[in-house]
Amino acid sequence: MSVYLQAGQALAVRLVNIMSYRFLLLGDHINYIMILGVDRAVEYILEMRNITKLFPGVKALDNVNLKVRKGEIHALVGENGAGKSTLMNVLSGVYPYGTYSGSIFFEGKECIFKGIKDSERTGIVIIHQELALVPSLSIGENIFLGNERAKRWLINWNQTHMQAAELMKRVGLRENPATLVKDIGVGKQQLVEIAKALAKNVKLLILDEPTAALNEEDSENLLNLLLELKKDGITCILISHKLNEVLKVADSITILRDGRVVETLDKHKDDVSEDRIIKGMVGRELTNRFPERTRKIGEVIFEVRNWNVYHPLIEGRKVIKDVSIKVRKGEIVGIYGLMGSGRTEFAMSVFGKSYGKHISGQIIKNGRELVLNSVRQAIENGLAYVTEDRKSAGLILIDDIKRNISLASLNNISKNLVVDENREIYVAEEYRRKLNIKCSSVLQKTGNLSGGNQQKVLLSKWIFANPDILILDEPTRGIDVGAKYEIYKIINNLAEEGKAVILISSELPEILGMCDRVYVMNEGMIVGELDREEASQESIMKCIIQSIKEVV
Amino acid sequence: MQTIKDVFKNNVRQYAMFIALIVISIFFQILTDGILLLPQNVTNLVLQNSYVLILAIGMTLCILSGGNIDLSVGSVSAFIGAVAGTLIINMKMDVGLAIFICLLIGIAIGVWQGFWIAYLRIPAFIVTLAGMLMFRGLTIAMLKGLTLSPFPEKFQQISAGFIPDMFGGFGISLNITALMVGAIISVIYVIFQFKKRAEQKRYGFEVITMPLFIMKIILVLIGINLFAYWLAAYKGLPIILVLIGILVFVYSFFTTKTVPGRYIYAMGGNEKAAKLSGINTNKVLFFTYVNMAFLAAVAGIVFAARLNAASPQAGINFELDAIAACFIGGASAYGGIGTVTGSIIGALVMGVLNNGMSIMGVGSDMQMIIKGFVLLVAVAFDVLSKNRARA
Repeated sequence: MSVYLQAGQALAVRLVNIMSYRFLLLGDHINYIMILGVDRAVEYILEMRNITKLFPGVKALDNVNLKVRKGEIHALVGENGAGKSTLMNVLSGVYPYGTYSGSIFFEGKECIFKGIKDSERTGIVIIHQELALVPSLSIGENIFLGNERAKRWLINWNQTHMQAAELMKRVGLRENPATLVKDIGVGKQQLVEIAKALAKNVKLLILDEPTAALNEEDSENLLNLLLELKKDGITCILISHKLNEVLKVADSITILRDGRVVETLDKHKDDVSEDRIIKGMVGRELTNRFPERTRKIGEVIFEVRNWNVYHPLIEGRKVIKDVSIKVRKGEIVGIYGLMGSGRTEFAMSVFGKSYGKHISGQIIKNGRELVLNSVRQAIENGLAYVTEDRKSAGLILIDDIKRNISLASLNNISKNLVVDENREIYVAEEYRRKLNIKCSSVLQKTGNLSGGNQQKVLLSKWIFANPDILILDEPTRGIDVGAKYEIYKIINNLAEEGKAVILISSELPEILGMCDRVYVMNEGMIVGELDREEASQESIMKCIIQSIKEVV
Repeated sequence: MQTIKDVFKNNVRQYAMFIALIVISIFFQILTDGILLLPQNVTNLVLQNSYVLILAIGMTLCILSGGNIDLSVGSVSAFIGAVAGTLIINMKMDVGLAIFICLLIGIAIGVWQGFWIAYLRIPAFIVTLAGMLMFRGLTIAMLKGLTLSPFPEKFQQISAGFIPDMFGGFGISLNITALMVGAIISVIYVIFQFKKRAEQKRYGFEVITMPLFIMKIILVLIGINLFAYWLAAYKGLPIILVLIGILVFVYSFFTTKTVPGRYIYAMGGNEKAAKLSGINTNKVLFFTYVNMAFLAAVAGIVFAARLNAASPQAGINFELDAIAACFIGGASAYGGIGTVTGSIIGALVMGVLNNGMSIMGVGSDMQMIIKGFVLLVAVAFDVLSKNRARA
């Protein structure tokens, strides 16, 4: 017993030592900043000068200059392929010194990084869009992954957990350090990544699309955390497609296009607006973010009545509660809901029972009730579901474009089960032209395409299946502004051809700009139905808030 | 029009192993003082490797469906051999009926393993590892640890027989039937190539230039007829070669041209996407394993016929030979990439290595080391060239 007590005491003493040491460091830091602040009006923590990076056949970066002030949040925006990630990979040493031209100065010193380890030692940490956490390890272990609290080869677990708890408190993560990463949500995982960066004494934190996979609440938390960290003197580079977020937190905004810097805006001096940024990114004025459409809305073609679905694994948990919707020919109907509101689960359960258990309710098409027990039956009855997760559930990335387009309707291009490969190429070429898929040929692997073009391939696949009802789940997620516009045009064309479109989205402007009618979904229920005229940001939010009140 | 450079650039990886096979063959041809490619040895090479070729076909489908392998094929082959031995030697059953029963049992074994793998989703590695133990045990139990021998002449013919020469005589020592078969295949090949070209032109696709097209056809024709001549110079067409030829043709066609074949690739490429495209992936996986066990039964019969015995030791390490053949032939360990012809070439590379080294009197210890190294290098080459293609 006394042995344990002693160990505990020793630990407490050590912890106090560590903490006071930290404070000392922090104090020094502040002094340092103050002295410099007097010396120079503007101090840049990072200067990238004339960075040029060549890939075979492509100039990914062309004379890029980037200056980041100490303690600011600097947003980097641009379309997919504009060179944002390449630039950050140059900075973090993923592309080592010598593979690019130009120079990098960090805190006034020139940097020669041979790899990520070098840049991390200097205090530059990058958090990639795909999180680099080990799901089966604990939060504490992940925070100190590759940076273990250890004496020689022996890990000091007490120190690991204590310091992890300290860092977690700093990023506002209320969890046990021993909890496994796979058991916490994506939002919290993102916080673990930031704690991990803090453990490395980060000075410049780079976040690549940190909120892409987060719901609004988690995004909000994350952005607030960045503002907190800024107060602690941590500089931050934020790559994001979500311009409202950029405008909310960033001090400066650098816009990249085709590997070149268009301009750097200072939010405190320049007149910065979403329109101005988009103009810079796209290179032209996008007067209308949503293309026009002539509305020819016909009879009700598709109806789902009293739809109930239970969770596939957790017994007795109802995921979809008594949902009823209907769609008319030529109509675009929106289902607005946040992630976790049940929208994807609803769509997938309708699409041949791809999700859930004990599914009940009616599906009616053209006045006739359908029983759809498999995806095949759903396709044969004129349904198509374009998944929100194009990479892991939509496309076969190792296969070429033509094979992806034909996959859901191989029977249309085959005779006696033998595929007519020439016809397949012909069809793929047709969609390549119609949907303007940018690729070297239809034999190109879909994995090598940009997000927007991948989405077009996915849409081609489902248009080729010739459905009457298309369910599009977040069709523009992670796609840049220009490609979004093209996708919207495709959706409009489908509606004009008389198809019924169900558009699921968590982006309000998209829902408001595209849909003829909107269903609002929350907690697995439809909590509101609004016409085009009634629908607005306020009215939709009101539906959600009202439903929460009713539950409470 | 595509030039020779384009054709080469687009197909380097595809043909790399084929070129390697030719290089290895020439290499051993020189080292063995010309013994390797003697007509008699070429025939031998085919007979020796018949069971690996058959198993590699089935294994390709398993690997395609998602990087799954089947470890039980060696034991299943042995078990089927034991069944054949018991039925034919002990029970004096008619050979045709016995083979039919053996194939049915093979399918039943596939249903058993496929059920666990596809519907209960127990990892294939584990189900077939269990199968490997179970069927080895059943083999030993059935044979009571002893070797059953000999099989009747009719059964041995499967692996040792040749297609009788219908045009014998004429005073030449060549087997006319073999030459005829070569010629017929040549004609069919030429017709199909021209048809394909016409079709592609009809759709307005790019085709290779005419001289290049003719050159390609001539090269293939020389290959086919040279091989036929080689066989004709010995005893003619082995029955087993005809069987393998049919299997390779049928399975190549199945995997590359048919809808269910596509489903296997799609499942291996991305199972979730395949499911959401209306493919019943459970069914695909199930039939892949039923098919594998069926082919293992075929291989078991072929091997028993060649050995002229049902041995409790038969089929040991067959699964490893088949798996190695697939990976040397360019199959991806993650599924979705690979071809039947590739695996056949992989099996032949291993076969030539075995045969060549045996002729040279290299010990089996060194043979294993060299074969292991070749497997490693072949797959490394594949992975590295893919990485380069991506960058």
